[in-house]
Amino acid sequence: MKNFMLIFINAERSDKFSPEEMQSNMQQWFGWIDSLKAQGIYVSGEALLPGGKTVKGANAIVTDGPFAESKEVVGGYFIVKAESLEAAAEIGKGSPDLPHGASVEVREVMKF
Amino acid sequence: MQTAPAQQLVDHLFRHESGKMVAVLARIFGMHNLEMAEDVVQEAFLKAMQAWKFGLPPNPAAWLMQTARNKAIDIVRREGYARRYSAELAEQLTAETENTVVQFFSEHEISDSQLRLVFACCHPSLKQEDQVALTLKTVSGFGVAEIARALLTNEAAIQKRLYRAKQQIKETNINFEIPEGPALHQRLETVYTVLYLLFNEGYNSINAEELIRKDLCMEAMRLCKLLSENKAGAKPSTYALLALMCLQASRFDSRVDENNSIILLPQQNRSKWDQQLIQLGYCYLNQSSTGEHLSVYHVESAIAAEHCLAASFGQTNWQHLLQLYNILLGIKPTPVIMLNRAVVLGSCGQTKQALKEIMAIPGIDVLVQTQYIYSAVLADLYLTLRDYPNAQKMLAQSIALTTSGAEKKLLGERLALASQQSA
Repeated sequence: MKNFMLIFINAERSDKFSPEEMQSNMQQWFGWIDSLKAQGIYVSGEALLPGGKTVKGANAIVTDGPFAESKEVVGGYFIVKAESLEAAAEIGKGSPDLPHGASVEVREVMKF
Repeated sequence: MQTAPAQQLVDHLFRHESGKMVAVLARIFGMHNLEMAEDVVQEAFLKAMQAWKFGLPPNPAAWLMQTARNKAIDIVRREGYARRYSAELAEQLTAETENTVVQFFSEHEISDSQLRLVFACCHPSLKQEDQVALTLKTVSGFGVAEIARALLTNEAAIQKRLYRAKQQIKETNINFEIPEGPALHQRLETVYTVLYLLFNEGYNSINAEELIRKDLCMEAMRLCKLLSENKAGAKPSTYALLALMCLQASRFDSRVDENNSIILLPQQNRSKWDQQLIQLGYCYLNQSSTGEHLSVYHVESAIAAEHCLAASFGQTNWQHLLQLYNILLGIKPTPVIMLNRAVVLGSCGQTKQALKEIMAIPGIDVLVQTQYIYSAVLADLYLTLRDYPNAQKMLAQSIALTTSGAEKKLLGERLALASQQSA
């Protein structure tokens, strides 16, 4: 088993959610994480708050953002255990945000 | 491997917290800045949705409130007094404002703000359909799509109502306060009407999905309870309305079978009626029986209680129900009440008199041709009198008028029966 990082790129449509829809979305995430834990393949995970700063270039220019308006904002990540990249991508299919237009980037964590 | 139990949020936590937060923020920013209040709330929720996916904070509700409070203070600071006054005065004014903002977020003040928001949404200068939509959106935290589903209309119509309501609020400068004296009495009447409408919309609209209908009924009850817990709202009529809702809601799950067919009162399994709600209903009914004023809600809850008290349909005290309907007719002489009273007359064995009275309802010709319930009730009476040709005619009429599949099915079964009998 190798470690893979699932990087969650936010759904654009989620900012139009009603309170009830947000709650049900979150409940789906809890259920998903629980099922991964039950299978023993969940290693860790963290969420990122919206907004932030970007440092760029030789002059280390600091700008605001990424903003929610920009298309691809990373919302958080999981580290999961899987046999292969394909198997890790299968796990990524479980993300409750996919129906709302979100995407999951699946990358293998390199072992030194 | 040991797994932690699934994390759970309290049912409808987001909806309810949304209502509280909008209320407090509308009090801080003013009703004319309602949109700003809603935006701050939405922002806090998005933040929560993002951050909580991987683990809940110890007290989610407090986390949300805190986030809204910090944002409110930010806005107050940003829009501060610096430009208009000396630095020293501006600083002092800002500090005082911040204290007040913090004060508004205290538990007692929150419930007060919620009630003010209910009163503002039910302001008489707003159209009734706008009052309903605005209440559901702001006080209840329903989304536009959810309101549309609950009220059987489309999202564009709801958007329009919300927009119109907000414009009207700005134009008439609606205050965020609890009226006093006779004005309070008047405003309460509007609030009752809106809550009654919300409840009935959920209870009676067979067309809407089961889940959203139940949500609507529960929400109407929650708001009515909120009203009853505040000094300004704790009136006999409030308790009567609350009693009515509890007693009606107790039958919620026994009215439709697993195939989504309607089960009428005589066939309902009374053991499925929610005894806890019935007891609660009696309790509120007791609390409502003070003062001089006999409201529509008093009589309607007494009627609902009468049904709950009967051990079986056959043991229903129809004579007492008839008396109650006579009183109700005196307060609210509407065609629907006349029709319901006629049904009770029929159950008292006075079928012919019942028919006569329905035919005497003002505008009955049009009603029979436009609302399925009139022909459905008439059909029932004709069936009792074994007048099958007329029963068939009325059943065909009501089938053509109802848009509900469940109703159509029920009426269709009766029509088959009537045709069999007359053959």
